[in-house]
Amino acid sequence: MKIQILGTGCAKCIKLTENAEAAAKEAGIEFEIEKVTDINKIMDFGVMMTPSLAIDGQVKSVGKILSVEEIKKLL
Amino acid sequence: MKDWHKILILISAFIGAYFIPFDSINVQKAILESFYMLQDYAQKHVLLCLVPAFFIAGAISVFVSQAAVMKYLGPAANKCLSYSVASVSGTVLAVCSCTVLPLFAGIYRMGAGIGPASAFLYSGPAINVLAIVLSAKVLGWQIGLARAIGAVAFAYVIGLLMAVTFRQEEKEKQAVVMPSGDEPKRKLWQDTVYMASMVGILVFANWGKPMEAEGIWYAIYATKWYVTGLFGLLFGYTIVRWFEAKLVPTVITGVVVLLLALVFPRWPLLVFAAGIAGVVWVTKTSSEETKSWIDSTWSYTLMIAPLLLGGVLVAGFLLGMPGTDNGIIPSGWIAALVGGNSFFANFFASVVGAFMYFATLTEVPIVQGLLGSGMGKGPALALLLAGPALSLPSMLVIRSILGTKKTIVFISYVILLSTVAGMLFGWMTE
Repeated sequence: MKIQILGTGCAKCIKLTENAEAAAKEAGIEFEIEKVTDINKIMDFGVMMTPSLAIDGQVKSVGKILSVEEIKKLL
Repeated sequence: MKDWHKILILISAFIGAYFIPFDSINVQKAILESFYMLQDYAQKHVLLCLVPAFFIAGAISVFVSQAAVMKYLGPAANKCLSYSVASVSGTVLAVCSCTVLPLFAGIYRMGAGIGPASAFLYSGPAINVLAIVLSAKVLGWQIGLARAIGAVAFAYVIGLLMAVTFRQEEKEKQAVVMPSGDEPKRKLWQDTVYMASMVGILVFANWGKPMEAEGIWYAIYATKWYVTGLFGLLFGYTIVRWFEAKLVPTVITGVVVLLLALVFPRWPLLVFAAGIAGVVWVTKTSSEETKSWIDSTWSYTLMIAPLLLGGVLVAGFLLGMPGTDNGIIPSGWIAALVGGNSFFANFFASVVGAFMYFATLTEVPIVQGLLGSGMGKGPALALLLAGPALSLPSMLVIRSILGTKKTIVFISYVILLSTVAGMLFGWMTE
């Protein structure tokens, strides 16, 4: 499973990355995390607000920091 | 931080320590000056002005629904409306400058197009709450107000100019994932009252002493702590009633603040600090919402305070305290380049502002230092208008989104309009 964090690297994006990592570990699934920081690539996802979270290329949340629990539900 | 970064920092620190002529009287004066400047900020601007502003910025980022704003900048938005929203939405969307560029790219490529996108790019960084509050407090309310009005007005103009210049090149729209708005927990007016109570505290706590000791302004000044206290009460009421803050700690905080105010009426800063500590305690121990508010307040503080600290030190070192000539750069140079209100002074300030990188809020101490060294008010405004919107690094990112031609046109419009605004303001304040 591939988790992608879309964001230019500010504090919020880092927080979301941490939460996603924690959630995936707790759920006990194989995963890799990729940070997408290039604005043009972020745009290719069709996302206007960062930080956003995509799982296997599918955008799941836009413009907010999800909690660990919320991400677990998405996984 | 990568290892070779650390090595570079270490080497440059060593080279600096080796070669800087610390025995030169000018260098000693400049170093001392940078600490005077820091002290001036610590005494005058941090507790009453910056700290409440951080709380407000935190509240905006948590409680204002960004999704609601983005609706007006999406592909289906009404053109006229989207210009207006883009010009003012910087206040609520872009407290952190790192969110401006992705939003700009989004509005341009998938949303309302190049006009509103340019408007947003221009106004976003310039009219965030923190920047306006600090400009007004440090540089005087005229510049603060002119900065806010100038940013909004010129956002419209630049947006329209960009849209007209490139009217043939509207790209095909891409599918957009719009943020899903959560169900609002409160009514809009409740959020407004809550924000207004904090803005009230900020405004009245900072009410300056007027020149003459009579009239309406002085009456407000004389009673400012009572008014601030009333807004504090209102604020306490809103967080308990609508934000599930715990009643008992809130009341305890209120009582402690009141007692301190009665016992130490000559030390308003102590009372104010106790109030802030109380708010942190209440919000940390109450609901999820208040916790996320205080967390985001903290993350802004952590992000911006060190930058501002560095900016104040650098400004003090290079330019000295306002009204002295103790900085490393002689006042005469500044006055010769950007003194008065000539076309050249304004143009030069705009160009420098556009290319130089200002970390969030650091433009304020720098402009303060420049004003003290003889910069004219017009060029100061020109620098503030052109400065935060653009910098060399952000130009490179903008270029990767817009392409070289559009970027150059955008930069030229910004420089041109900032120059004109500066001249106008200089002429008005003379």
